[in-house]
Amino acid sequence: MSANHSPRTASQRAAWIATIVASVLVFFFLMAPILAIVPLSFSSGAYLTYPLPGLSLRWYEDFLSSPRWMLSLKNSAIIGVASAILSMVLGTLAALGLAQWKSKWKPLVLAVVLSPMVVPVVITAVGVYFFFAPLGLTGNYLGLILVHTALATPFVVITVSATLQGFDMTLARAAASLGAPPLLTFRKVILPLILPGLASGALFAFATSFDEVVTVLFLAGPDQRTLPREMFSGIRENISPTITAVAVVLTVISIGLLTMIELLRRRNERLKGNVA
Amino acid sequence: MTAAFVAGADVPLKRRLRRAERARQFRALGLVLPLLLFLLFTFVGPIAGMIWRSVDDWEVPQVLPHTVAALSSWNGQGLPDEPAYAALARDLQAARASGSIGVAAKRLNYVVNGYRTVLTSTARNLKALPEPGTAKDTLIGINPAWGEHAHWAAIRSASGPVTSYYLLAAVDLTRDPDGAIIASPEDQAIYRDVFGRTFAIGFGVTALCLILGFPVAYLLANLPTAQSNLLMIFVLLPFWTSLLVRTCAWIVILQSEGIVNGSLQWLGLIDEPLRLIYNRFGVYMAMTHVLLPFMILPLYSVMRSISPAYMRAAASLGAPPATAFFRIYLPQTIPGIGAGCLLVFILAIGYYITPALVGGAGDQMISAFIAFYTTETVNWGLASALGAVLLLSTLVLALVYGKLALGRQTTGGLKS
Repeated sequence: MSANHSPRTASQRAAWIATIVASVLVFFFLMAPILAIVPLSFSSGAYLTYPLPGLSLRWYEDFLSSPRWMLSLKNSAIIGVASAILSMVLGTLAALGLAQWKSKWKPLVLAVVLSPMVVPVVITAVGVYFFFAPLGLTGNYLGLILVHTALATPFVVITVSATLQGFDMTLARAAASLGAPPLLTFRKVILPLILPGLASGALFAFATSFDEVVTVLFLAGPDQRTLPREMFSGIRENISPTITAVAVVLTVISIGLLTMIELLRRRNERLKGNVA
Repeated sequence: MTAAFVAGADVPLKRRLRRAERARQFRALGLVLPLLLFLLFTFVGPIAGMIWRSVDDWEVPQVLPHTVAALSSWNGQGLPDEPAYAALARDLQAARASGSIGVAAKRLNYVVNGYRTVLTSTARNLKALPEPGTAKDTLIGINPAWGEHAHWAAIRSASGPVTSYYLLAAVDLTRDPDGAIIASPEDQAIYRDVFGRTFAIGFGVTALCLILGFPVAYLLANLPTAQSNLLMIFVLLPFWTSLLVRTCAWIVILQSEGIVNGSLQWLGLIDEPLRLIYNRFGVYMAMTHVLLPFMILPLYSVMRSISPAYMRAAASLGAPPATAFFRIYLPQTIPGIGAGCLLVFILAIGYYITPALVGGAGDQMISAFIAFYTTETVNWGLASALGAVLLLSTLVLALVYGKLALGRQTTGGLKS
């Protein structure tokens, strides 16, 4: 599978070097925004230019002492955690069902379940805005949690389904043959084994909600503004160095989530390796 | 109890197994059902509602019900008869009292510019219901517009229950007073341009992603696993960084006092800062950055599965490296190229946030117009119609993507 590249001729070597050079440039392009913004957040000056006049933590202080930013952080956390839990429950049940369900309708159901990933968010946001407004679901947490759950669940379904694919169903059958009722089998045998998949699904869901801004633009009142929503208005008006501090905080959170998911994935791979 | 058990034993095993299987299938469906119901409420229902809104024509029938009823017997030629005028006078009085006249005025103003003034001024000047038989003269006396065919044809065309007005408007078409489909007036015919621009930006971003993504995917696929896993961080980290953070960073980098302009000026390469943001260049830059991982990841997974034996076979048969690459390697990456391009294109044409923040007025894509008509001018019919067109384009492409992905799975299975 993993083909070690072994260039034989001069022209092959040249092509390989060209690939490396091009890739390095693209990696630089990919990392440029993060590289540019991190030092600026530690600047002691009020302008977003290099060279930095000096180093300070004043913009982080500004972020932490601003009631507006703190409220948005709290809102993002509440909505993110609630949507993650809700989509984990709904997505896991659906993934378990889809793994066993055989029907000619399955592709259609799967398409519906995964469609929130594909449909442009602005369409979801507008549709939900029209639909939720008469029901009193705009300007409060509940409406946002519901729509973020809808947007995040496909990721849970995909992650949990992937975990279930590696799951050895004979274990469940063994439990059943020993007299365990389905629920007990699920709790004692299936759940502990697919837990890493569940956890990464929940992290995906949290990340989706945590980064989502379009539906928040339509549905949130002034008291439900999330972190990305505040950043959106901040960027629209005038980029203050405080935003760069917020951006770095968000990036650190992303790195944390990515690391956790990667660790869970490796654990799952290892488990699969042991089973096989 | 025993009887039931015995009766069960009589049933052939095959049928009992089938029954058990059916019960299992029902249970499986039961597990999927909560999510389906949830999505019906939070996703499918709202989008169906939006599509319905793009054809729903409720304003005029609700505000001017008697006029609509009276006009149903009008043949659409010349002017309607006295009863229609009397009905209109009655409706206007009632609508003025309930304050609902603005709703109908707004709808009719889409058809005939200036209708709003005609309707509101007539309602204002209509002190009392006209004497029987004088409604026509009274209304024409208040505003001569009521003696014009176009104003009556407008009410007739907007009398519901469904209209093609918004959907036609979304593709720069309209109906003339006789109902024939014609091109929209110049000043309103902007949406084909907007859709064209949306697809052009989507196409450009897809091409850029392919050009930049291909060598990276190739490198990652051909390096030893330990090294490629390490380098993968450079792809996954930006992928996981908040969209807002990345957009914000591009503004910081590209703005006129930004890093790029600052460095170029410091090096003495330019005197005036270049305009790199709030224009098309900025949109391409930021969107390509956001969408590049969506190209690299599918390409990488396809390239990873290409056996090096093919290339070695080509080389051993005497093919020069370039020939082997184009004739042997490249064709095998087509599924990845197709999947990556479709994915990037689908995501790109739906983009809202990035163009809104880094684009100029002339770079706004269709999503921005949908948002604008929803929240700013509250023209929900048009917002929905534009949304319906965008949704249709997306779903068609997603269908192709689904077929492609499915096809890949099958051939992959065959090959192994």
